Amino acid sequence: MRPTAPLILTAAALVAAAGLTACGGGSGSDPDTVKIAYNRSTDNKIRFKDNFLAGVKKEFEKANPGKKVKLIPIQAQDNDYATKVQQMMRSPKTAPDLVYEDTFRINSDITAGYLRPLDEYLAKWQTWDQFVDTAKAAAKAEDGKTYGIPDGTDTRGLWFNKKIFAKAGLPADWQPGSWDDILAAARTIKKKVPDVIPLNVYTGKAPGETAVMQGFEMLLYGTGENPLYDPKAKKWVTGGKGFEDALGFIKTVYDEKLGPDVSDALDPNVGTTVSSEWLPEEKLAIDLDGSWLGQNWLKTGGKPWPEWSKTLGQAAMPTQNGQAPGKVSMSGGWTWAITAKSKNPDLAWKFIEQMQTKKNAVEWCVVDAQIAVRKDVAKDPRYLSSMPGITFFTDLVKYTHYRPALPVYPQVSTAIGEAMESVTTGDASPDKAAESYGDQLKTIADGATVAKD
Amino acid sequence: MATATKVAAAPAAPARPRRRPLRWLPLAPATVLLLLFLGGPIGYCVYIAFTNMQLTGAATTDFVGLDNFQRAFEDDNFRNAVILTLVFTLLSSLIGQNTLGLALATAMQRASKPVRTITGSIVIAAWVVPEIVAGFLLYAFFRREGTLNAILDWLHLPSQNWLYTLPILAVSFANVWRGTAFSMLVYSAALSEIPKEINEAAEVDGASGPRRFWHITLPMIRRSIGTNLMLNTLQTLSVFGLIWAMTRGGPGNRSQTLPVFMYDQAFNKSLIGYGTAVALLLLLVGAVFSLVYLRLMRDEV
Repeated sequence: MRPTAPLILTAAALVAAAGLTACGGGSGSDPDTVKIAYNRSTDNKIRFKDNFLAGVKKEFEKANPGKKVKLIPIQAQDNDYATKVQQMMRSPKTAPDLVYEDTFRINSDITAGYLRPLDEYLAKWQTWDQFVDTAKAAAKAEDGKTYGIPDGTDTRGLWFNKKIFAKAGLPADWQPGSWDDILAAARTIKKKVPDVIPLNVYTGKAPGETAVMQGFEMLLYGTGENPLYDPKAKKWVTGGKGFEDALGFIKTVYDEKLGPDVSDALDPNVGTTVSSEWLPEEKLAIDLDGSWLGQNWLKTGGKPWPEWSKTLGQAAMPTQNGQAPGKVSMSGGWTWAITAKSKNPDLAWKFIEQMQTKKNAVEWCVVDAQIAVRKDVAKDPRYLSSMPGITFFTDLVKYTHYRPALPVYPQVSTAIGEAMESVTTGDASPDKAAESYGDQLKTIADGATVAKD
Repeated sequence: MATATKVAAAPAAPARPRRRPLRWLPLAPATVLLLLFLGGPIGYCVYIAFTNMQLTGAATTDFVGLDNFQRAFEDDNFRNAVILTLVFTLLSSLIGQNTLGLALATAMQRASKPVRTITGSIVIAAWVVPEIVAGFLLYAFFRREGTLNAILDWLHLPSQNWLYTLPILAVSFANVWRGTAFSMLVYSAALSEIPKEINEAAEVDGASGPRRFWHITLPMIRRSIGTNLMLNTLQTLSVFGLIWAMTRGGPGNRSQTLPVFMYDQAFNKSLIGYGTAVALLLLLVGAVFSLVYLRLMRDEV
């Protein structure tokens, strides 16, 4: 090639690149618009989050003339939502100003540098004093700064259908004392009411954190102290006896066909199916699930079902053999966070303030069936009378556990999902699955693991 | 590779060097665009494959050398994905799309015009449907309460949960369903190029149908077979949407071919570096296949 050829090439490439960059630059952000990314339910009938945000948007635009709010709903299951938002946050051209972040993933995203510390704003914000301490800590990173405003929390327990229980001759005030009690009840139902699913325990990779937290960790944290992460040694715990036992429980459920059909259980949308079909259509007897289920059956929900409070009972999840403290629960929750690449952080903060006016905070806890994290909201009569069972689930707070708030947790969670799936499909025995979890954990935690019993 | 050198070497012979840059000028925009939009991303991929870039959970991206590749070769799940990819390609592309496409094209040549039009449009419809739509259609066909089981029930045959018991077969079938039209079109064109006289002459000489097919038709469309195999294989190697919509690689990892494995690592496990390394390895597998086919096509003339 003659030297002129590369020269022409380079020149043309430069021109093209310049042109393209110019196109890209134009789509930057508008200083008067707040862009808000949030997850929309995969059930098209469930739109209470959209409605709530639309209401706040209206108030905000009225209170701040000239400013606009652009809602960016991402209709996806949780894992895909997180992937999408992370990709958006990587580039200043696509980064929204405000994102809805699950507390279990927020530390990971903080470490990745996607989010902005809010301490400056919090110092001037009086409402922050109303938040309970655990909530304040929910989005606090290892650097001591706070990156997200929690809008509620949750607990988990057993939901059961009293009508099916009556048919099977089981009590309406059922409270199992151990895992075996749960299995025994499920077996009775399978025998006496054969056309319903006796027991749902979420499992597998596709349902994501739903399976890991509602399914696995509710079992695992009932087997002993700090079964996942040892905070004193600062090390992750490789699959020990508790881990294998929890997998064993899942294996029993699916081997004995006490659970849903395996292919249904492994479907990414199983959570939606449970709340909008199986429970309201009375096809499921016992469900190990979250405190928020009622949100679907309110008038504002996707599947109004006024009788649910009479039909469904709640029971606390027992520890493995009923050992102290006897009951177990897990808590999580979501937060609103401002992205690091946001060009309008101040305006985004104003929107958070608008969402957290007392009226809106109460409204949100009611429509989303959240457990309040603000003292003033928790005392509000509208909140207290909003949902039958809210006292039950609020009481579980004293038995509750939080997931290790560490950047690698989402990866650990994925590894747990895989272990569950391999046991559920029968591809691996519990000890084999626990072993390969241990191997994965070593890579994820960079060797910072410890074996337990 | 060899062909490329030959082409490049050829214009060097005539001694008119001054005009060369000008002659190349019309190609410049195409070359620049290719470099920007094809070369650029591939180059970026190569770079990422040697780093530990993560989607979330890490503040920095460091150069880690060959770690990602070493990890892939030690990873049982990676090996599983390679095997499944080969099974998927063999079943759905080489055996399924290619053979069925040829059979359809041959049968349609003899069929009457209305039959040809109707069959043709039905087969092509499957191809025109976007991948993700095809994925959901076939998911509805194979799922437990799906069409296939309904038909089997009606025939009093035992039904089963296809996506759970035989996921790789189900997705292979889906790919055959979707991709056969392409082979059929290629072969229809190739078959219509064969002069009728040759076949008639052979028929007069007493050659039977299968013998004529084997000794006349196949040798005459060998080039098309080569091209078609190459395009089919490359397309099948990179099938993602279809499998993702039908099984997400599951249950377990029983239908997790390389593209699905790659997505799972890069986006579900946030290991972009590792996922990209796997993507490069997939590129390599594709390159090996194309080299083999190119070689076959060159030798045959």
